[in-house]
Amino acid sequence: MMENERRVVSVILQNEASALSRITDLFSARGYNIESLTVAPIPESKYSRLTIATSGSVRVIEQITKQLHKLIPVLRVYEHADLVEKEMAMVKFPITENLSDIETLSKAYNGKIVNVGNDMIIAMVADEPKRVSHYLEAVKRFNPKEIVRSGTVALER
Amino acid sequence: MQMSGAQMVIEALKHEGVDTVFGYPGGAIMNVYDEIYKQDDFQHILTRHEQAAVHAAEGYAKVTGKVGVAMVTSGPGFTNAVTGIADAYMDSIPLVVISGQVPMSLIGTDAFQEIDSVGISRSCTKHNYLVTDAADLPRVLKEAFYLAATGRPGPVHVDIPKDVTAQIAEFDYSRPVEMETYKPTTKGNARQIKKAIDAIAAAKRPLLYLGGGIISANAAEEVRAFAKLTGIPAVETFMARGTMGADNPLVISMLGMHGSYAANMAMSETDLVIGLGARFDDRVTGKLSEFAKNADVIHVDIDPASISKLVNAEYPIVGDVKYVVEEMTALAQGKIDAERFAPWLETIEHFNKLHPLGYDEEPGVIKPQWVIERIGQLLGEKANISTDVGQHQMWTAQFYPFSRPRQFISSGGLGTMGFGFPAAMGVKRGDMERVSINVTGDGSILMNIQELMTSVEYKLPVINVILNNHFLGMVRQWQTLFYDKRYSETDLSMQPNWVGLVESFGGVGYNVETKEEFDAALKDAVEKNVVAMINVNVSRFENVLPMVPAGGSLFNMMLEYKDK
Ligand SMILES: Cc1ncc(C[n+]2csc(CCOP(=O)(O)OP(=O)(O)O)c2C)c(N)n1
Repeated sequence: MMENERRVVSVILQNEASALSRITDLFSARGYNIESLTVAPIPESKYSRLTIATSGSVRVIEQITKQLHKLIPVLRVYEHADLVEKEMAMVKFPITENLSDIETLSKAYNGKIVNVGNDMIIAMVADEPKRVSHYLEAVKRFNPKEIVRSGTVALER
Repeated sequence: MQMSGAQMVIEALKHEGVDTVFGYPGGAIMNVYDEIYKQDDFQHILTRHEQAAVHAAEGYAKVTGKVGVAMVTSGPGFTNAVTGIADAYMDSIPLVVISGQVPMSLIGTDAFQEIDSVGISRSCTKHNYLVTDAADLPRVLKEAFYLAATGRPGPVHVDIPKDVTAQIAEFDYSRPVEMETYKPTTKGNARQIKKAIDAIAAAKRPLLYLGGGIISANAAEEVRAFAKLTGIPAVETFMARGTMGADNPLVISMLGMHGSYAANMAMSETDLVIGLGARFDDRVTGKLSEFAKNADVIHVDIDPASISKLVNAEYPIVGDVKYVVEEMTALAQGKIDAERFAPWLETIEHFNKLHPLGYDEEPGVIKPQWVIERIGQLLGEKANISTDVGQHQMWTAQFYPFSRPRQFISSGGLGTMGFGFPAAMGVKRGDMERVSINVTGDGSILMNIQELMTSVEYKLPVINVILNNHFLGMVRQWQTLFYDKRYSETDLSMQPNWVGLVESFGGVGYNVETKEEFDAALKDAVEKNVVAMINVNVSRFENVLPMVPAGGSLFNMMLEYKDK
């Protein structure tokens, strides 16, 4: 049996009404796994860039990229080998938690406090997905109330 | 020129050279139908069910090689069409299906006869469109025809809201298709092709594994030439029947679940599989880990995603098989010595002698296989043969002497009961010169029986030959073999009056109990040239053999089954 590996695939696709659902339909119809998916328009073009973190054997990943490429609105598919990968997370804490401890911890993960309200603090980090996970593990002791992760974005080195 | 969306649809069909549209009207598509009324560039054929309209368009496309066109209304009209669309998708048949949709202002409100048609068709089309502005229609329709016919062909669905068919905009069909994101590869990589030829030259037991892609690419002639030059034997998939021609000494037969002993053994013994336009379907390969175990694989396909999907190809070649095989033939000249494979052909001949494809005659009953052979003897090349789905379909693939591509029209990938009769009507429409035969079962034929009316009205005669075993035979066979003869809901002892049924629509019917009666009925039906139903009572418990049980290895065939 082949190892399941985590892979990041980028897709450049035309901005049109149902382009994104074509991608997600393809994953669900063929039983491929999506770990995270991010998408935004590429500035000054008629294309969007989609970053999909997925996992599977070499054969499955090869099928994923081929099937993606087969979709008519898809211009290009990259399966990244050597890449810089980042993900963002935001966490909401009760105001009663220690502000400066949270600040220090967030800094260590390339982040900071971004909002302080009457009854809550919001911190934000942007780092490699694995490190974001570590951060979320570490902030547990500050009783986070809400957590949101963005999903990964990636660029070939 | 300024015109309405509905007029644009007609103009586009005209520009595409469409001569036939199969369809069924309704509220959302009425503007287009109003324009159909006013024109005489193409004939509209009113089937009696939307599923049949799509199957008829498939039959037309398969026999002519052109794009088939079907038109339906929104909601139930479209959902009825879905089975046909899915069928065309699985078998890579070029179709353009146009559906009406509720007006834009009502989309998303659960309006009367609204359904998310493009949402439904997304997973069973090559591509689809919801047209929200009439100004897009010329581009979209042009792209639809282009996409359907090029690369790996397939159905394309265009959904048009009613108000868009009324909207006036500029129609210009002269602009070439420009799709930055769609560029199918047709020329195979030259270095890979050369490597493949070297591999063939070095092989001892190479085997051509021919798939339906050869027929869609119109490459049968090239494949025959390549086989002849190199002396390499060939097996055909179900979808590729007719590629080599039944009397070609190099064709072994069909392989797979109901393939011949020789074909399946050849596949098990080969040291080099040369897959051309074939997709290594599970009904063909049997247990994957045992499939052509000692062989390297050359795989030529227009669809990169088909290559190495199931079986790893040492020599992957993405391209149009017609072009690639031409290249291969040029390179093989003087390099591949056909004599070299003589011992291999002898081995195959030995397999053939060991267990030839056949059946046992029994006095007093007609064997279904005999009926197929007999149609072959009586009509041969002069008929196009469609089938429904079941045992009769497999016997047709095994026993009919197909002599040319596009002669055999059947639902392969989806296996749709109810396909045969409407498809055979479309076949007739596409090829009026030949007799259109639909070999069917007593189960399948009732799934689109209403088309008797269409067949009569439009003078598209089909001879339906019912191999009547009073069973859903194929399911019954599995129940016999794997469910201890618990014939759950497969007994069709209750039967209509077949002759009365077809006569009530204005056709002719025959009940056949003997071989002589069969010959007479077929002859009469061909002469009468109206829709016919030849009900042949055949032996009830006949099994399709050989059989590779699902998931078994090709070389482990069930060759006979004796009832205790
Ligand atoms: C629409 C549809 N429903 C169910 C099936 C499953 N199925 C496959 S073969 C078969 C039996 C077909 O019986 P019949 O048409 O009488 O043909 P026979 O096998 O007896 O030749 C059935 C029910 C199918 N293929 N398609």
